[in-house]
Amino acid sequence: MTTGALSRTGWRESALAPVADHFRQYVGRLRGGDMGVLPALLGLTVLCTAFAIMRPRFLTSGNFANLFNQGAAVTIIAMGLIFVLVIGEIDLSAGFASGVCAAVAAVLMDRHGTPWYLAVGAALLTGVVIGLAIGLLVAKLDIPSFVVTLGAFLAFQGVLLKIVRDGENVSVHDSTILAIAGKNVTPWLGWLLAAVAVGGYAAIQFTRTLNRSRRGLATAPMAVTALRVGALAVLVGAGVYALNLERSRNAAVASLRGVPIVVPIVVVLLVAGTFLLRRTAFGLSLYAVGGNREAARRAGIDVDRVRISAFVICSGLAAVGGIVAASRANSVDPNSGGSNVLLYAVGAAVIGGTSLFGGKGRVVDAVLGGAVVAVIDNGMGLMGYSSGVKYIVTGSVLLLAAGVDALSRKRAEASGLR
Amino acid sequence: MSPASPTSEGYAQSDRTGAPPVLELRGVNKSFGPVHVLRDVDLTIRAGEVTALVGDNGAGKSTLVKCIGGIHPTDSGSYLFEGEPVKVDSPRAAAELGVEIVYQDLALCDNLDIVQNMFLGREATRHMMLDEITMEQLAAETLASLSVRTVASVRQRVASLSGGQRQTVAIAKAVLWNSKVVILDEPTAALGVAQTAQVLELVRRLADKGLAVVLISHNMNDVFAVADRIAVLYLGRMTAQVSTSDVTHSQVVELITTGRGRTLRRGTDPSDRSTQPNGEPA
Ligand SMILES: Nc1ncnc2c1ncn2[C@@H]1O[C@H](COP(=O)(O)OP(=O)(O)O)[C@@H](O)[C@H]1O
Ligand SMILES: [Mg+2]
Repeated sequence: MTTGALSRTGWRESALAPVADHFRQYVGRLRGGDMGVLPALLGLTVLCTAFAIMRPRFLTSGNFANLFNQGAAVTIIAMGLIFVLVIGEIDLSAGFASGVCAAVAAVLMDRHGTPWYLAVGAALLTGVVIGLAIGLLVAKLDIPSFVVTLGAFLAFQGVLLKIVRDGENVSVHDSTILAIAGKNVTPWLGWLLAAVAVGGYAAIQFTRTLNRSRRGLATAPMAVTALRVGALAVLVGAGVYALNLERSRNAAVASLRGVPIVVPIVVVLLVAGTFLLRRTAFGLSLYAVGGNREAARRAGIDVDRVRISAFVICSGLAAVGGIVAASRANSVDPNSGGSNVLLYAVGAAVIGGTSLFGGKGRVVDAVLGGAVVAVIDNGMGLMGYSSGVKYIVTGSVLLLAAGVDALSRKRAEASGLR
Repeated sequence: MSPASPTSEGYAQSDRTGAPPVLELRGVNKSFGPVHVLRDVDLTIRAGEVTALVGDNGAGKSTLVKCIGGIHPTDSGSYLFEGEPVKVDSPRAAAELGVEIVYQDLALCDNLDIVQNMFLGREATRHMMLDEITMEQLAAETLASLSVRTVASVRQRVASLSGGQRQTVAIAKAVLWNSKVVILDEPTAALGVAQTAQVLELVRRLADKGLAVVLISHNMNDVFAVADRIAVLYLGRMTAQVSTSDVTHSQVVELITTGRGRTLRRGTDPSDRSTQPNGEPA
């Protein structure tokens, strides 16, 4: 490639050929039904443009920050659901599990004066225990996860009522917990974190590309890698810039600027989850179990353990999501994690590109799909639509995404690509 | 030994050196509930040989293979590996002995690529991370060593492969691990003529490299083309384990269909001991 680039005859062809090749392969994959993040990105662009035109307030820095705080809890719960969806199961109880875990933390802090870190630890432990129980019932007794988690859905609703003592609500006063969805990162720290994130991504991508081409393996052309890193840098830079703008009505009294604290939390979970799912043997075993359970068993994978782990991760992340939701609401009530939370989370995962049929999904799907859900919710709220209309629209988008999932699966089967 | 099967003669001689068979089953029984599928099955598998395992549909061939592979626990009987009694109660235990099986239903994950399938359950890792580069290179080398040049990329999802390609991936997965015993359950059943010839050639090459190979097939031509020894299963019983050179097509067909070999003069002892008296461990 380098020698070709130097030759006089056509450096443009030789330099661009691998990029064009890569692009052609990408289009081939799209055609074959492997659409990746494209539908979610397109949907997000269309929605944002539409709302920005109809309601200019949608584009303000204040609303932008609001979007993150609004969408974070559902996104985190969706991240957990992806682990369960990848192994071909479902967790309908994740919403109320998040409520129960948050209630445990809130009650400990409010009624027993427990410090926030112990309360959060207890909430996480509750999530792990819930996941363990569901996982054991599904893996060891072979009860369909749909049934187990439907039962758990109802039971947790009752547990939540009991914990918060019918009808009351437990308020959250702890300043650390309230800061999660209520405070922002200092502007300079926001830039620093952004630089670390983009730099880290660039380092990983470039070493990967270099290592592979050095060992003579097929790889994406350097130009494509550079393009990806550049795109991320621009996106993150624009986001941090917008969030660092002053969004207080009266900046002299109280300044309000910076990246919401939930953003680095979601990014850390995204990176950790992606690492676990894509870079470890455990992650691969999740895909294997979702793709062909018997093949996984014959490969020596402890299928039961893998399935139980997926439910533990799901409920554990639901606990994190529950705490973020409690931070935003300043309280936990009998409906925390109820109503639309679970469906929004499943919707986020599926809209992002995770398959309901198992074997396919990435943690980033939760972020993109969560963004779509949050934008619909936020934009339609700005336009003055009632909850009823919002639910109908979000439900329809979920059905649309599930339809895309089913169709792309059919297409993949027909073309032999999946 | 007749000159019809030159390879079998050489290995028969090596047997006389007294090395124990690589894998030996004695008196294995297996039932699924009330269905008694395997009855006192004896089987001897030797290095450097292709042992054909034949029998009608439902005779219990796949079940026998799954017992060897640790998929099904056996009800009774002993399992000897290189002369030592072993307990194989999981696929991992079989793999650790060096027993690899290409299952009839292949057992590949469609949603994973070729490399991921070949290393499934035994991934190469560095600092807890998958060592993708090493695995990809090893997978490519193994496929190349099997003279497989039909797959465009080892990063292709298995779902996008043809039947023959899937079969070669499954075989490559089995030979990747420096295994001692490779068992192929009807590897050519779904293949065309050219692909079948390729797989058979591969089977022969594996045995010539010194591996013990078990080939399950319904096709007598295939069996006689590559096998040194034929084991016949009839309704869950091992009715004969004979040298390929000692029998004819029609005799084997008779054994498969009736379980009896009236015209056989020798080699009908299921445990094979009468035909190879010197093959016993010292
Ligand atoms: N998992 C199982 N549960 C119950 N019966 C089985 C199972 N596997 C195989 N069998 C029965 O065992 C017998 C032998 O099957 P199999 O080993 O697949 O035969 P072959 O491979 O020789 O055609 C058949 O009667 C089949 O129905
Ligand atoms: Mg069979």
